[in-house]
Amino acid sequence: MNDFQKELCTSLRRFCESSIEPHMEHDDHEGKFRMEIFQGLGDYGVTGVTLPEEFGGAGLSYLDYAYVLEEIAKASVPYAVTVSVSGMVQTILKEFGNNSQKQKYLPALTSGKEIGAFALSESHAGSDAGGLKTTAKKVDGGYLLNGTKMWITSGGIASTYIVMARTGGEGAKGVSAFIVKDGSEGFSFGKAERKMGWKTSPTRELVFENCFIPTENLLMEEGQGFKVAMGGLDRGRMAIGAISVGCAQRTLDEAIKYSLTRKQFDQAIFDFQGLQFMISDMATETMSARLLVHAAAASIDSGKTNSKLCSMAKLKASDVAMEVTTNAVQVLGGVGYTSEYPVERFMRDAKVLQIVEGTNQIQRVVIARHLKKEYEHHA
Amino acid sequence: MWFFTPEEKDLQKVCRDFAQKELAPFAEKHDNEESFNLKAFKHMGELGLLGITADPDHGGSGMGATAATIVMEEFGKACAGSTLSFLAHSILCVNNLSSNGSAEQKEKYLPKLISGEHVGCMGMSEPEFGSDAVGMQCKATREGDGYSITGNKMWITNAQYADIVYLYTRTGPGKKDLTTFIVEKDTPGFSVSKEIHKMGMRSSPTGELSFQKCKVPLKNRIGEEGDSMVHMMKNLEIERITISGISMGIAEACLAQCIKYAGERKQFGKNLAHFQMIQKMIAEMYAETQAMRRLLYTVCYEYDNGNKSNNLASAVKLQLPKMATRIALDAIQLHGGYGYSREFPLERMMRDNKLNEIGAGTNEVMIMIIAKNLLRDALRD
Repeated sequence: MNDFQKELCTSLRRFCESSIEPHMEHDDHEGKFRMEIFQGLGDYGVTGVTLPEEFGGAGLSYLDYAYVLEEIAKASVPYAVTVSVSGMVQTILKEFGNNSQKQKYLPALTSGKEIGAFALSESHAGSDAGGLKTTAKKVDGGYLLNGTKMWITSGGIASTYIVMARTGGEGAKGVSAFIVKDGSEGFSFGKAERKMGWKTSPTRELVFENCFIPTENLLMEEGQGFKVAMGGLDRGRMAIGAISVGCAQRTLDEAIKYSLTRKQFDQAIFDFQGLQFMISDMATETMSARLLVHAAAASIDSGKTNSKLCSMAKLKASDVAMEVTTNAVQVLGGVGYTSEYPVERFMRDAKVLQIVEGTNQIQRVVIARHLKKEYEHHA
Repeated sequence: MWFFTPEEKDLQKVCRDFAQKELAPFAEKHDNEESFNLKAFKHMGELGLLGITADPDHGGSGMGATAATIVMEEFGKACAGSTLSFLAHSILCVNNLSSNGSAEQKEKYLPKLISGEHVGCMGMSEPEFGSDAVGMQCKATREGDGYSITGNKMWITNAQYADIVYLYTRTGPGKKDLTTFIVEKDTPGFSVSKEIHKMGMRSSPTGELSFQKCKVPLKNRIGEEGDSMVHMMKNLEIERITISGISMGIAEACLAQCIKYAGERKQFGKNLAHFQMIQKMIAEMYAETQAMRRLLYTVCYEYDNGNKSNNLASAVKLQLPKMATRIALDAIQLHGGYGYSREFPLERMMRDNKLNEIGAGTNEVMIMIIAKNLLRDALRD
């Protein structure tokens, strides 16, 4: 960590501790998202970390971004996720948008005034995203969108949506990407999912009924939708990895603090060797995951993104988050199971990190595909 | 299992039907609202389940660990929270009262507990004494023709609904100077001081009991002063075995749901069942649940036939809940986004099961016990 990153994380931590942490238990219970918290993060300059300054971003590296996401996740996984999904939308607009699209949509997103969301999944197209059924039919001056998107993170709180819809035949090649603003006629929100965790981050259905999208809102050209979707994927995976590390680190901190003060059988439970082994493994796993995430981030910063490394980082870090949070509940015992301590919330938040941005099963398929290619190439 | 008696097989069927009809359909609602399914509880009384192991002379069914575990397993498949409350009542309260109480005490308290008119709970853990329960500080002092009790009991399942508390207290300075009492709900000085909000088992109420100079008559003391250790030891095994039965039910329910989903959900143009990764998850869940179910019921069988092994009961308690957490997490994973949502019961089952790794002795305490038993001689250096 360099001096700049240290300073950034220290001040960000102060914000998270004073402005996010005090609300989390209550908001988790109520399923409440607070726009003022997100905008507060915007004021800190962390809602558009990697975007160039000309679009209102902070112009920082992906490694800086990994530190930022870890820090926010230590207070709240859902707010870190909101930032990362909005960040992915910005990356997509920056890479694939034309000049006027960038000028029009980026500043409100980078500054944190508005939130971006990404709509690919449908009820029958989860891991198999290429099977999506939402259609965009060409009409005079634009397209008519029809269909339903499912599991959309930030659905309802976001203003700018990147929506994948079918303009051509079956399969990935028939898919195009559109920019859709909240409030467009024919665009409404379906049911809000009731979930195990991530309760402060709304997950909703998006419903399109003859929703008119002007041609100027098409990203790239027709049929390029999957290229757009995949373009944000590696960075999205690295981001979920960084959030997973923060999630694990927070509960590790809680487990150590608690076990140093909790006494049973006349000694601090930390002094039992069984506890020490558990906690040492938790710390070692968390650090391994962090280093893998940083290696993935560094590859993005180098300009030669290593997709295999991004998948490995997402897979490893989210598995570690699940294991470490589960063990943290175990270390705290009865109180860990209650909402008086935050560890059970982080455990519930951890599970979906293994599912989003490509399930960990899909990450393994991706890693294997890379390995096969590498070895066949060398043979 | 092949060695279940005809009576146990009938019980299994009754419990399976009851669980699917009266527990499963309401499990989500009670989880959501953190409320207790009192109606189902009362009905368990009508079916004669609330005194499954209790003395037949006082209205109990007089059955063994196998029977009690069968109930846990079948109920656990449907609603683990209701099952935990059933366990706290029928095993922690009723079974202890039945095996340690006097004929007079049993006559007074058991019939209403067994019919379901009364709800029972047990008070052992305290805020500062969880794993180290024997260090408890809730004090009973001799006063006039009875005792005065002062202190708090934490993590008490059924606290808010309990009419009867089976209570452990300290009556002397020695580590093992512990004495057992029956406390009735309306006794002055007794109150339920707070409701505890939990990650799972939300349909099973948990609270803290508070005793402020609570006067309990001598006739409510169970056995003699200092008898608690003997009382506790007598039923530790059945408590560990039966709570593991809940995890057994959870694991089996998760597996059944995964098999169903693998035949329904299509991705990449075919059922999930075709993917080797899914096959691996399901085959391993099967292998693990089968191995554990055989361990569980073999230990029950031995228990019912006179071999109360502390080590085997602790081994069951160490392995079953851990397995069920792992399987429930994998089951969520196999269902992806749907598994994480409340449309499917899997995320609840996972949240519920985590408690079984903590309650009735944590995994870590089981390890301590097994190690201490196995290494008794080796530790004498």
